[in-house]
Amino acid sequence: MRLERQEAFCFFQCKSNGYPHTKYALHMGRQVRMKNLKKILDIAGVLTLILLLSGCDIAVLNPAGLVAYAQRDLIVISFGLMLCIVIPVMIAVVFFAIKYRASNQDAKYLPDWGKSHKVEMFMWGIPICMVTVLAVMSAYFTHRYEPSRPLDPAIAGDEAPLRIDVVALDWKWLFIYPEYGIATINEIYAPTGRQIALQLTAQDSINAFWVPKLGTVLYAMPQMNAKLHLLSGEDGRFPGVSANYSGDGFSGMRFSWNSVSRGEFDNWIGRVRRSSGKLDRSAYMALAQKSKDNPVAYFSGVDEELYYRVVNRCVADGSKCNEDLMRLAAAKSLWGELCSVFDPDVTGID
Amino acid sequence: MFGRFTDPAAGAFSALQNEPIVLYTVSVVLVLGFLLLVAITFLGWWGVLWRNWITTVDHKRIGIMYIVLALVMLVRGFSDAIMMRMHQAMALGGENAGYLLPDHYDQIFTAHGTIMIFFMATPLLFGLFNYVVPLQIGARDVAFPFLNNLGFWITFAGAVLINISLGIGNFGRVGWLAYPPLSELAGSPDTGVDYYLWSLQLSGIATTMGAVNFVATIVKMRAPGMTMMKMPVFCWTTLVSNVLILMIYPVLTVALALLVCDRYLGMHFFTNDGGGNPMTWINYVWIFGHPEVYVLVLPAFGILSEVVPTFSSKRLFGYSSMVGAVLVILVLSFLVWAHHFFTMGGGVAVNTFFSIATMIIAVPTGVKVFNWLFTMYKGRVRLEPPMLWCLGMMFTFVGGGLTGVMLSITPADWQFHNSLFLVAHFHHTIIGGVVFGYLAGLVYWFPKAFGVKLNHKLGVASFWCWFVGFYLAFFPLYILGLMGATRRLQHYMEPSWQPYFIVAMVGAFIIGIGILLTVLQLLLVISYGIRHKGKLPVHENDPWGDARTLEWSISSPPPSYNFARIPTVKTVDAYWAMKVGSNKRKAGSFAKIHMPSNTSAGFWAGILMLILGFALVWHLWWLVIISFIATIAVIIIHSFTGNHDGYYIPATEVQETEDRFAAYLEAEGIKA
Repeated sequence: MRLERQEAFCFFQCKSNGYPHTKYALHMGRQVRMKNLKKILDIAGVLTLILLLSGCDIAVLNPAGLVAYAQRDLIVISFGLMLCIVIPVMIAVVFFAIKYRASNQDAKYLPDWGKSHKVEMFMWGIPICMVTVLAVMSAYFTHRYEPSRPLDPAIAGDEAPLRIDVVALDWKWLFIYPEYGIATINEIYAPTGRQIALQLTAQDSINAFWVPKLGTVLYAMPQMNAKLHLLSGEDGRFPGVSANYSGDGFSGMRFSWNSVSRGEFDNWIGRVRRSSGKLDRSAYMALAQKSKDNPVAYFSGVDEELYYRVVNRCVADGSKCNEDLMRLAAAKSLWGELCSVFDPDVTGID
Repeated sequence: MFGRFTDPAAGAFSALQNEPIVLYTVSVVLVLGFLLLVAITFLGWWGVLWRNWITTVDHKRIGIMYIVLALVMLVRGFSDAIMMRMHQAMALGGENAGYLLPDHYDQIFTAHGTIMIFFMATPLLFGLFNYVVPLQIGARDVAFPFLNNLGFWITFAGAVLINISLGIGNFGRVGWLAYPPLSELAGSPDTGVDYYLWSLQLSGIATTMGAVNFVATIVKMRAPGMTMMKMPVFCWTTLVSNVLILMIYPVLTVALALLVCDRYLGMHFFTNDGGGNPMTWINYVWIFGHPEVYVLVLPAFGILSEVVPTFSSKRLFGYSSMVGAVLVILVLSFLVWAHHFFTMGGGVAVNTFFSIATMIIAVPTGVKVFNWLFTMYKGRVRLEPPMLWCLGMMFTFVGGGLTGVMLSITPADWQFHNSLFLVAHFHHTIIGGVVFGYLAGLVYWFPKAFGVKLNHKLGVASFWCWFVGFYLAFFPLYILGLMGATRRLQHYMEPSWQPYFIVAMVGAFIIGIGILLTVLQLLLVISYGIRHKGKLPVHENDPWGDARTLEWSISSPPPSYNFARIPTVKTVDAYWAMKVGSNKRKAGSFAKIHMPSNTSAGFWAGILMLILGFALVWHLWWLVIISFIATIAVIIIHSFTGNHDGYYIPATEVQETEDRFAAYLEAEGIKA
């Protein structure tokens, strides 16, 4: 066709008066249909391939912790609900482009139709309903799984939680067990089925404590004491990482959370107690030096008040504790009082 | 005297000495730059370059320069992305598994984010605002042409400064928002964060100036009869975007200034000691950062609201609800910032509030997508490249919105925060929404600016490369995030992750092919321009057909004065009304037209601010003082001695130009 030849050589000045020649348009229409189908098949194929490759463990969708179960449910439900809106929209984009293409003279053409109250009601109404449902879900679960609050005793039981104090250093994790007077680098052992109450702080940079199988990232920040409650429902060894970039050695900042039976846990405590390391203030200052890819290490003795000193930034000899500075400021002025936050949970060994 | 050049911790030339990649890149850039300068000299183009481009105050030329800058920075930012994807595809097993050590890798991801947001998306945005908005409202220029020129050259200075960091010193290793305490002197003792701070300050100053300009232009310079509710939707989104900029960039400026005080003056705003609080920085940057992403995406929505009606030959569905949605987004965008740190331990009340606010903001966004769909409904859709980009945007952006709503549910976010799921989400909305939208606009308005369309086949191929490449590059990241992969990892130990990284890398290469095809399109047009010795022939006003807004009523490219006679507007879609009402193109009795004069003050101010920024980074205090005083002097001298009277285009010249165009239209048989 003359026009098709023109089209082929038409490099720059492709004149278009807006309404393409019918034959050319029909040819384009067929091409478009094929292209769109091909596009859908391509995407579907790729996604299937990807999902097939996942014979692997997708931690967030296959959790082991109480909090993570709820989070997985939330993720799956919200994904499904949103798909109910998104899939029709995606289909409509393709469908409208095909059905109302310029070459399709059969389709109705309403060039000036731009207002419809019915359509507007749906357009605003459906997203509003969806958002309402999701908002209620979010509010409920945010309340229920607030990290600083202990987990629901109906599920977690009445037993007092096991306390672990966590310090994020450059670039390793220090775990202090205040009830046992021991500490480790990059290794947590915890009894399955018992609630764990973690307190998080950091020495130099903002980090984030994350065990994907157990749920809830929480920032570990210098000067701050963040509280996190987790509970594992299964035995296993779960990888843990830092979820906030903190410098060169960040990628090596991994630890393992080993959820074991009570007997195993007591054995482990015994093993740690038999090691020779002692974590006093000077050992801590040495630990705080930058190092990467630290192997697991044990400390059979931990200085009382060490965690308190880390949070209050007075581990080094001669440094002033933030709490003391805050008490002075609070005594001096109202502003000082307003700016002072005292956390009675920040203590050392009981 | 030499500032930090003598400080071994700053390592001024260590990158060039130790990193082959840096050495090769810098050498290639310098050689190409040198060849370019030689070519310009050889062709005798310096005069033209100076008169027509460097000193111009014409919004159309400044717009083109902004877009050229953005495209160059797109290549830089994308090279960072390709390097990251290639490295992560290999990085299984330890620090030395990939080809980039943490030192270098960490700079690359910081530079990638910073450049893409501040030096690619924002200049591209301002380029489109500059070119299109005055034409759409029937104005002859923006409200403050000199400010426009100055803003461009300061942006240029920021872009050059950030690129200097590649060769001299290093860039920050802190992520694109540079959280302290990592970005304080204790965490980052070298010059990296300083480069970051000063290039962003320069960019911020320029962006704020541009925002002042566009708000004034849209509020004050619309054609007679064009009330706010008769403006094209692109102008509405431009207005709201610029109002947002005016509200948030001061916050960024102050936050950056406070960090400068910490690093340069030993203060303690965000340090771990001395009473500093890093959480304040996080709040500041996200009060800036969240509305910033709406600044970027709203104009993309505006572009779709122009392109979809044109290529559906149908009026936009629901004009009032589009405007309403944009205004709702303006307000709501300030109420959601804490969703970027749900994991900070804000407590139930804070987290719930921000979660619900974030979900609510999805509603007007969704409404806009439905509006475009209903514009296509019972229209006559033509699948030209701009429309392809729009369809791609609609199809993809809703997916990004889906994951956004998933992230807004606080407890779910506690499993997603800072993981690759988050990275995939924001690229989903930024590439699917912002980039696809901007590319639609670029391809759509290209023939208006240059008189010729970009090559059709290459354009379609480029779109499909971007589209397929995007899905391949980012869907594996969603799955990786669910598998427990955090962002910014220089290496990982799980073998099961590697296939996904490899697929992502392939996707990135396909996007790269898409970019190359666009570059090829541009090269073809450049050769066309060279063949015409830079004097582009004037073509018809409405090359796409069925256009609806005023910019399509004048020739392509438009004359320097835009409109020989400012039109009087009676309805929305002013040009469509002119066509339907069979307006006759005005033939005679044109008046002389007043135009603003060129100025070199903006260029010199930009160069001096570049020197100022560089001197501040390297602590060359003597140079800081000199360049600071010189910059102020240039502006003041311009105020007093610059040619503010402008010049007149005589009526005869206007008559000639319009006659030539009318003759062209008649010869081609095109109705005006």
